[in-house]
Amino acid sequence: MTQRLAISHPYDKFLRTDRMPHIWCPGCGLGAILSAYIRALQIANIEPRNAVMVSGIGCAGRAAGYVKLDSFHTTHGRAIPFAIGLKVANPSLNITVFSGDGDLFAIGGNHIIHAARRNVDMTVICVNNFNYGMTGGQLGPTTPLDAYSTTSPYGNVEHPFNLPDVCASAGAVYVARWTSLHVRRLTESIAEALQKKGFSFIEVLSPCPTAFGRRNKFREGIDMMRYFKEHTIIRNGTHPKDVDIKLGEDIIIGKFLDIEAKETLCETLSRVREKAARRLKYA
Amino acid sequence: MALWPKFVDVSKFKNPISILHVIEDRCKGCGFCIEFCPKGILEVSPKFNKKGYHPPKLKEGIPEDACVGCRFCEYVCPEFAIYHEFYEKGPVEEKEE
Amino acid sequence: MVSESYPFYKEMEEKRSVLTGSHFISGNEAFAEGAIAAGCRFFGGYPITPSSEIAEHMSRRLPEVNGIFLQMEDELGSIAAVLGASWGGLKSMTATSGPGFSLMQENIGLGIITETPCVIANVQRGGPSTGLPTLVGQGDVMQARWGSHGPYETIAISPNSPQECFDMAIKAFNLAETYRLPVIVLMDESVGHMTEKVIIPPKEKIKTVYRKKPRVPPEKFLPYKPDKDLVPPMPTAGDGYYIHVTGLTHDERGYPVIDAETQERLIQRLIDKIKVNAHKIIDYETYRIKDADTIVVSYGISSRPSLGAVKKARKLGLKIGFIRLKTIWPFPEDFFRKISENVKHFFVVEINNGQIVREVERCTAKHSETHFIGKLGGTVHTPEEILDKIMEVVG
Repeated sequence: MTQRLAISHPYDKFLRTDRMPHIWCPGCGLGAILSAYIRALQIANIEPRNAVMVSGIGCAGRAAGYVKLDSFHTTHGRAIPFAIGLKVANPSLNITVFSGDGDLFAIGGNHIIHAARRNVDMTVICVNNFNYGMTGGQLGPTTPLDAYSTTSPYGNVEHPFNLPDVCASAGAVYVARWTSLHVRRLTESIAEALQKKGFSFIEVLSPCPTAFGRRNKFREGIDMMRYFKEHTIIRNGTHPKDVDIKLGEDIIIGKFLDIEAKETLCETLSRVREKAARRLKYA
Repeated sequence: MALWPKFVDVSKFKNPISILHVIEDRCKGCGFCIEFCPKGILEVSPKFNKKGYHPPKLKEGIPEDACVGCRFCEYVCPEFAIYHEFYEKGPVEEKEE
Repeated sequence: MVSESYPFYKEMEEKRSVLTGSHFISGNEAFAEGAIAAGCRFFGGYPITPSSEIAEHMSRRLPEVNGIFLQMEDELGSIAAVLGASWGGLKSMTATSGPGFSLMQENIGLGIITETPCVIANVQRGGPSTGLPTLVGQGDVMQARWGSHGPYETIAISPNSPQECFDMAIKAFNLAETYRLPVIVLMDESVGHMTEKVIIPPKEKIKTVYRKKPRVPPEKFLPYKPDKDLVPPMPTAGDGYYIHVTGLTHDERGYPVIDAETQERLIQRLIDKIKVNAHKIIDYETYRIKDADTIVVSYGISSRPSLGAVKKARKLGLKIGFIRLKTIWPFPEDFFRKISENVKHFFVVEINNGQIVREVERCTAKHSETHFIGKLGGTVHTPEEILDKIMEVVG
């Protein structure tokens, strides 16, 4: 067994190495999730030319700047409609929306439920670190009850969202939750979602030591990773409504929903064009 | 143990030998690889990298096949700072049993 | 969606993209037809009076020309989808009115800093807030210039008849594609709902522009390095150029660089892009200004009674002229500075509480007095009203 010093990594061809090291904190799980995405692209055999990443604002949103694909870093909450515009303009693109819990479900909440309803063919990877990390640690729609944040100094009194439940009820065809510890299963899941026709949603729990963790007894990234190791139960097929997160208790992760794909948005638009052609007596 | 099933050709296969590569200057000292290595063969090294963090290193005195090449450290590292290279995978000359 | 192999879809698109002939249609419909004739193939919108007819017309016509119509869940989604479709290679647009235009401002800023070509039609109505949904207003002029946060330059044009709605739709797309930014078309409810004769020329007579494409291979390409005209070539997502597009201040590689130096370089270029080319963008119409010592300035629907008032005043012997702004932003500052030397009074007619009058005053204060003839919304001026106000001062 030998150890050698190296200067480049096999994934470097998918990374903008002139921008490394990235800005994410030591102990943050985002790098591992991005690494899983890069592996998934290779497993799913997606041509890098057709892979597009769209992100919003926040720490997860910065991922678009590090990956060597056509990538778009858009405004807060509007990554999903931007991705819809891209997809209908060029349906051969394989689009991933890579963003955070606040960006996708607070300010962007309206857009994600409509995208799921229309079954737009894309993959949404929501990195859930339970707060708004980049702006310093304010509470978000997924901050657990009684957790401390900079805008809930007396403890959070609002009930958080159950993200898989929201997406499944809105009409997603693939819903899963993993953590930044379960990297192997996450990679497989992302590969499945990339190849699946329809709206796929993957929630990934991640440590956030600098903002959320240190106010809630997870001072280092490793503490929350240890918590994920002890307290996550993999139960594939659980109904999404049963997977609420209560920090301190067990968290259920796994692939919750993987249903037969129904018609995607691009397919419905083709039907519209056919009808127009028939009305004009061209078909 | 004597009654456990034995695959007849198990001697043909050897664990792939992997070489661990650490890009020390990318490490930010999060400790994920060290904590979650299934064989527990990584530890914090006393030296500092350019940014002042302690990168990981293999423990002293571990046997040659201690690393099974599971690549978990490579997958879980958030900094793209550690990876494996493999060689000598597959069947070897048949040993006499 | 656009490049399909079925031959009859292509034939259908060719036959139906330009409906050559003489039509009797409303301003909104004419605008939609102009957009399709210009090559617009994506409309992402949300219904709002008085612009819903544009969306409805596009929803019927776009599938006939291999285009895509999407009614999004709100205006915020609409403008984001329009920007996305533009990066996907399609000419795209949206149509809205005051309240929706306010919602779109953040992403208009994104369109400006990422240099995304698109067209936004704002069919103005009485405001502020919900205001007068079904009645005319012209109160969004300054918002078209400064609505989004931060320093930037913008292009806004204003038609005053359904025929001009058709022509200006084509012009808006050409400007957007040439200068790579969101172009705002400031219509108003009166022009949008007015029905008049519109002549659509044959397809060959309509000149359209598509954005510049990169001329070097991906390894040598820098997405935000401008050409001599300060506009960089624009690749499409999926072309293999692996570009990074961000709303953060960025350098020529497209990578975010957060410092004052990069901000100066980037934003100054975005401003110069319009200022340096302003002489090619600015457009206005004049009537008998050569010997005039009084000039009436107007745009949009207000320009029609203004011209009537000016003609009446000429009959009464006044030395009066008329300027109609066709491009509102960039404002023709140099032109006004020059003519103000021989003019004693400017009268600006608009339906708001004084927006273009400020620009006119700013440019002409050295030599002339500027007066405001305004209404706050809901109704258009009559030529008599305008003439009375002019006579009060000059008569």
